[in-house]
Amino acid sequence: MKTFGRLSFLLLATVAFLSLSGVQPTQAQENPYFVAYDHNLEEPGNLEVEYFSTFGTQRGGPNFHGFWSEFEYGATAWWTTEFYLDGQTTFGDSTVFTGFRWENRVRPLNKEHWINPVLYMEFEDINGADKILKEVEGHDVESDFLAPNAEARRERNREMELKLILSSNYKDWNFTENTLAVKNLSNDPWEFGYALGASRPLAVKGATRKCNLCLQHFIAGVEMYGGLGDRYSFGLHHTSHYVAPALAWNLPSGWTFKIEPSFGLNDMSHQFLLRWGASYEISGFGRKVADLFRGKQE
Amino acid sequence: MRIGTLAGITGLLFAGLAVLGAVSAKTETPEQESVYAELSKAPEKYRNRVNPLANDPDAAAAGRVLFEEHCEDCHGQQATGGKKAPSLRAKEVQEATPGTIFWILTNGVVRKKMPVWSKLPEPQRWQLVSYIKSLGPLEAAGNKSAEKR
Repeated sequence: MKTFGRLSFLLLATVAFLSLSGVQPTQAQENPYFVAYDHNLEEPGNLEVEYFSTFGTQRGGPNFHGFWSEFEYGATAWWTTEFYLDGQTTFGDSTVFTGFRWENRVRPLNKEHWINPVLYMEFEDINGADKILKEVEGHDVESDFLAPNAEARRERNREMELKLILSSNYKDWNFTENTLAVKNLSNDPWEFGYALGASRPLAVKGATRKCNLCLQHFIAGVEMYGGLGDRYSFGLHHTSHYVAPALAWNLPSGWTFKIEPSFGLNDMSHQFLLRWGASYEISGFGRKVADLFRGKQE
Repeated sequence: MRIGTLAGITGLLFAGLAVLGAVSAKTETPEQESVYAELSKAPEKYRNRVNPLANDPDAAAAGRVLFEEHCEDCHGQQATGGKKAPSLRAKEVQEATPGTIFWILTNGVVRKKMPVWSKLPEPQRWQLVSYIKSLGPLEAAGNKSAEKR
């Protein structure tokens, strides 16, 4: 538990520091997805600090709790960059830090279109004990998670992950389709996966007063994700697939809460995953940091 | 992994963010003459769109709440502009058609840091248009803000 405690402490300390340093929270408009991405990027200069969990059931072994922290920054209106720290607890075994990820999303088209592409590039340096299940790739199956932490963490994965995100907003619905290709930087073959999502706010009109429980702040959706094999054995077979209803609650104070139960669709999937998380969006973070280094310009 | 390594990673993260912040701040060049130029690029079919909530008595009030939640940090409490974004009370904005403002909200001005707000449902974008139009022009504030940029 030591690592988890330290991670939590770091996260809380970061949020506290930022809150006390005068930066303003701003209301996020987060989609409810945990795996799929849409084309909406972080607003420029805003930092979103996030914590997410995945509780997973495991046949033939102990259940687990994967968790990760995300620092999502809107570098420009067309480029969002994110840094992740991952960890997990396997019940009856141990808690381990499993690695980090650095992800970038770039929006190549300036305007809104019927289909809006976003290019996604991620480098990850994680060990074999990682259980956050942020995506399913290749022939990922439930039995991959059976190895004890001490053994699994000896395997080191340095991977480059590319995604093509195609997302549309139509009549207040969001529809998104993600295709992913992952290359372990050792000699492993390219692996593939997918995620699909659809979501909509529970109310499309804004209320005339500030309120936390107004339906406009809730976005409900569903996502489906799974593997597509690798370059030698492409397809939906011998890999895992999930369907997951999801709900996001975007509070005017800058907090967002999400929850998503996921259900395995075949025998190779975990039967049940429960994901939840919280995030806090801070407006003008980049400007404040820049001010610290260059002084006031009046 | 030791706490030192974790602290190092976190430090690197913030150093990176600081560099990004500084770079993005440095690229804020004065573009006084083109702050509102994007308004003229709205396609005709958008420019001529009528605000479907024009007769909704609550639209401007709801738009004000949305403005406070999503826009005021950049455009200022009174929509008179700020460090990051121009005044919405300049005559260029106030004289623009509702459809034009809706088009800007929907598409953003991505290369000039105005985000795409298509993630807000259409009725909420129209409520924002109602609020912005209800403010009326404030010429001096508009010019002051544009000068700052």
